[in-house]
Formats: sequence, structure tokens, C-alpha cells
Amino acid sequence: MSDTQQVLYDVPGPKAIRRDKTLNVVFTLVVLGLIAWLVQAAWSRGVLDDRWQVLLAGDKGFSGWDVWRRLLWDGLVLGTLKAVVIAVPIVAVCALVLTVARQAPMRLVRWTAYGFTHVFRGIPVLLLMYFGVIALDLSLLPSVVLGLVVYNTAVVAEILRAGIAALPKGQKEAGLSIGLSPLATMLRIQLPQAVRIMLPALISQIVVLLKDTSLGFIIGYVELLAVTKNLYNFFGSASTAPLILASAAIYISVNMLVARLATWLEGRMRRSSHVARPADGGDVAAPETAARAAYGAGGGAGAAGA
Amino acid sequence: MGALIDNADLVLQGFGATLWVSLASGVLAFVWGVTLAAFRVSPVGPLRTFASGYVNVVRNTPLTLLFVFLVAAAPSLLGLKVPLGMPMAILALTLYTATFVCEAIRSGINSVGVGQAEAARSVGLTFIQTLTQVVLPQAFRSVLPPMINVYIAHIKNSSVAAAFAVTDLVAVANRLSYGNPADVVGIFAGVGLCYLVITVPLSVTAERLESRVAVAR
Repeated sequence: MSDTQQVLYDVPGPKAIRRDKTLNVVFTLVVLGLIAWLVQAAWSRGVLDDRWQVLLAGDKGFSGWDVWRRLLWDGLVLGTLKAVVIAVPIVAVCALVLTVARQAPMRLVRWTAYGFTHVFRGIPVLLLMYFGVIALDLSLLPSVVLGLVVYNTAVVAEILRAGIAALPKGQKEAGLSIGLSPLATMLRIQLPQAVRIMLPALISQIVVLLKDTSLGFIIGYVELLAVTKNLYNFFGSASTAPLILASAAIYISVNMLVARLATWLEGRMRRSSHVARPADGGDVAAPETAARAAYGAGGGAGAAGA
Repeated sequence: MGALIDNADLVLQGFGATLWVSLASGVLAFVWGVTLAAFRVSPVGPLRTFASGYVNVVRNTPLTLLFVFLVAAAPSLLGLKVPLGMPMAILALTLYTATFVCEAIRSGINSVGVGQAEAARSVGLTFIQTLTQVVLPQAFRSVLPPMINVYIAHIKNSSVAAAFAVTDLVAVANRLSYGNPADVVGIFAGVGLCYLVITVPLSVTAERLESRVAVAR
């Protein structure tokens, strides 16, 4: 965009440079003022006192170490990440099947897959989780996984479809012409390339899935948020803000780590020679838009994006 | 399904609540999201820093956590007491969805090739003309499908409000299914259908548009 801006504007003259400098100073002051106001608001409520000790030294016979172990091990690993690790492989398999089904020669199969995609992209993950608990009488972890799997399968299948659509047409034609069946062409020529170019979008979808596990909190599944709540109920109301901010920090760092991985892969992908480029030498164009779209869609509460 | 028809007024009320929360926070999120996107491409450094910091923090926070923060931490931390129910749901969804709106717009502007602007400038169009005649129309077309997807997610995310004292469709499904254990599947199917009435037209539109959007790159 900075390139575009350079093109859109003339090179700033002395007047514009002065104006930009003034604006910079003014808005730096505004942002600093905002931060100062927040700190002051917190200060005047005694928030900056020793209540943060709960994260360092602990309280009520528990050490700070115990608190963090609860948050990171019981909450993050045994709650949130466990659901993610169970759901992701299931999503991968189901999405693969759904993607193949959407290109199937039988119209009925194709339409069923099309219907599944649109229906389950449009139903809240939370509703699916409640359905698991109340209607199917599942216990909590399977219900959480059910909600995550059904929704993300539909989204990942869409991502893969966009990836296949972004490939040059010659790839499929070449596969068929060397005598591969349509299914083999799909599985051995198109899908591997589609997965490669869509890898950043697929990883972004993991962020969405990870955030959506927090919907489990609402149906009573014990994950990071539930552990946080138990902790601040135990330590008393003064500890509420520190603990909530601590768990927010955990979510944000884990998600940023995953997102960073996606950016890194995107850079590698650009240089990869394993993906066919369109004949005009251009980049495969669809992935970026599709990736953003998918991330956006995931936005749900995670997805309910919660 | 019988239980749904017997309680049609409750279902309608839930449908209204879902629609109202989505609409109100959707409009606000659009305004705030466009503002953030403008901040992110502005020539003023501090605004860029603020907007990218905000987007990165809020986008990586689960919506449920945002609600919990508003309920439990905001009053003691900032003295910010948002009434539980509608106002809190609208605030949380606005803050959350705005980050996705911002990113959709920003990537749309970025997707218009630099050559387009260069060409426009070199045939003598002014800054305003370049932006309104060449860049923005193309950006708009490539923003539309991702934006629709953002709003589909937004409508579904409004269901988190069910856990925070808003009687929306999910809350209604919940309440009815405890009263009518025999009819649970029908109730959930019906409520799911209510969501689909809103979301499927949107997702089909997005898919149609996607295939028609061909931006010069």
C-alpha cells in the first residue's frame, strides 16, 4: 500500500512535510493521553496495588507457580489445546472427503456436498455444541469437538475448493491426458498443489478453531477461560482483572505465534517451485483474497468464532 | 417441531433479538472498522501504530473472553460498567467485528495493482479521480465477498450473547429444549433454520460474486 500511496500523492513538498510532522506530534500526544487516562482510571481504583501478586507470589497457600500451572497446563493444554488437537485431524479428513465430493461426477453427491457446506457455514458453532450436549447426550469434550469439526470442515472444504480453482486449468487436463482417472487427478495432481497454495489460509483457520474452543466455556467444558473463572472465584474479586488479563495474554500469544507461522509459510510458498503458475507467469492470484476471507469468516467468536 | 410452533412468539422474539444485535453492532462495527482501516493506511505514524495494535490484540482474543472481560474485569479495572444484555452484546460484537472489517478493507485496497494507479496518474487523472474512478471501484469489488463472509461470521457470533443474558435464538433453543425433552431435535433444527434464512443467501451471494470479481492485477 505504501507503494500505492506514493503513486496516489505527489511527493510531499515542504508544506506537506510540515503538516505531516505536526499531525504526528498531535496524534502521538492523543494516543499517549489515552494511555495515561487508562492508567489513571486503573490507578484511582487501586488496581495497580498488590493484587497483581496473585500472578507472581500466589495467595491462600498457592504459589504464583501453581496459578500459572493451572492456567497453562490445566487450562491451555488439557482444555483448549486438547480440543484443538483432537478436532484438527478429523477436520482434515472430513474436509478432504467433502472437497472430493464437491467435484464428483454424480450430481446427487455434488449437491449434497454443496448443501452441507452452505448449511454448516451458516449455523453458529455454539448451537452445534448445545445440540451435542442436549440432543445427542454427548459429554462435554465430544460436544465441543463436534461443533468445531462440523463448522470447520465446511470452511476448510471451501478453502481447498478456492485453491483448486486457482490452479491453471492445464494441471487437470495434463493429469487426465496421461491416463489418470478424474479421482486420481484430483488426489495426486490438484489437491496437493491446492493444499500448498492455501496453507496460510489453512493455518489461519487453526487460529479461528482455537478461539472457538472458548465457546466450550459456555456449555461448561473446562478450558482456559473456565480455569480462569474458577481461579478468580477462588482468589476473590481483587484477582479478577489480573487473571483475565493473564489469560487474554495467553490466548493472544498463542494465536500470534500460529499467525506468524502462517506469514512465514506464505513467504516460503512464494518461492516454492512445487506449484504450477499460470502461463503468463503471474502469481496464483486467488489465495490471498480467499485466505483473508476465510480468516474473516472464522472470526467467529472464534468462529462463533468466539 | 411442535414445540417451536407452540412457542412461536418466543422464537420470534429470539429471532428479533439476534437480528437486532447483529444489525446494530454490524453497523457500528462497519463504522469503527472503516475508521481503523483509514488509520492503518494513513500517513500519520501514531494512528497506524494504534490501529495495528488494536487489531492484533482484539482479533486474537476470543469473543467469549471479550464478554468476560466486560462483565468481570472492566468495572474494577476502568470503572466501565456496561449494562448486561443488549448494550454489552452490541459493544463486544462491535469491538470484535471491527477488526475483521478493517482487515477485509485493507487487503482489498492492497489487492489493486500499483500499475492501475500508475496508469491513472500517467493519463493525467488527479488524486481524487485516481482514487474514485480507478482504485476504489476495484477495491470495492474485491472487498465485497470477504466482507460478506465477515458478516456471516458476525451474525453467528451474535449467538455468544446468549450466554450473557440476551434472549436470542440460541437462548430460546436452550430454554425450549429443557421444557420439551422429546422434541429437542426439532427445536434445534428449527432454530438452525432461522439462522440459515439469514446466512445462506449471504454465503451464496458471496460465492457468486467471487467468481465474477476479476480485478486487474
